[in-house]
Amino acid sequence: MADTNKKVPTQHVIGFLLSLVMTLIAAWAVIGSALPTMWIIISIFVLAFLQAGVQLFMFMHITEKSSGGGHVPWNMMFHGFALAAIVVAGSLFTMSFGFDHGDMHGGDHGGNEQHEEHSNHGE
Amino acid sequence: MAAEELKSGPLEYRSQEGRMGILGFWIFLGAEVVLFATLFATYAVLFGRTADAPAPSELFQSGVGMTLVMTFLLLTSSFTCGIAVHEMRKGNAKGLATWLIITLVLGLGFLGLEIYEFNHYVHEGATLPSSAYWSAFFVLAGTHGLHVTLGIGWAICLLIQLKQRGLTNVTSRKFFVVSLYWHFLDVIWIFIFTGIYLTGMVL
Repeated sequence: MADTNKKVPTQHVIGFLLSLVMTLIAAWAVIGSALPTMWIIISIFVLAFLQAGVQLFMFMHITEKSSGGGHVPWNMMFHGFALAAIVVAGSLFTMSFGFDHGDMHGGDHGGNEQHEEHSNHGE
Repeated sequence: MAAEELKSGPLEYRSQEGRMGILGFWIFLGAEVVLFATLFATYAVLFGRTADAPAPSELFQSGVGMTLVMTFLLLTSSFTCGIAVHEMRKGNAKGLATWLIITLVLGLGFLGLEIYEFNHYVHEGATLPSSAYWSAFFVLAGTHGLHVTLGIGWAICLLIQLKQRGLTNVTSRKFFVVSLYWHFLDVIWIFIFTGIYLTGMVL
């Protein structure tokens, strides 16, 4: 997908415009729309992943033919992304599951409280 | 891929050393993904633990214009960086240098705004030690800012090397790798913009 001989790198221009549009839509969803909070969060994260895709596939030559697929170690990149997902989702699941976010306790109280709750359940 | 030198294709991929260098850099980026994932996880878990410091929603909402400008600066710099590599592949060292300098100026603009933003938050009473939430915020956004700073310094060194040695297998590989790094920083910023700023405004 190297458009080396073209004067204007079409793919870059399209990717750039796409990322601008997606950023504006995400900002509008937060500032201007009346959607429920959950829907806003889901949609802006979908847009974020799409934008990451634009960067990877349209800017970072990840699937480039002329350089033999960009020599991307797919298995290792997959491990990176899988680990990232496990770390983020796992931390949220273990630390924040069943836990009220908006409370006014300090951070250091939070963990203890949850821990006590759990041990009470066990008894 | 065979180990011998190739006669065609992008300059940075022609030598075995160049191909291995780029492969190694992708592995580094995989590790960076995990590094930022741990910081994002910490941030997500500590979300809402602001203690007596100001709530993020107030600060983010009043500064939304600046956050958008920062995002556009970085998105544009990622685009100009792509153009720089495009010029490099046409063998145009001057075009490469010009577009890379534009990229760096945009990056510096981003960095200046981020420093201004952090300074503003500190004046509002949200500092690194003021609460668990703000510690996580400054460490995550600050690690990204540090990466941008390093990227700018790195690219400046490469521009000096380009002036001394011209476009070779080795310098083109170095420029290609720094462009991957720069696009990657934009990917991380998209998630900071979405996960911290936009989410912080609605939650």
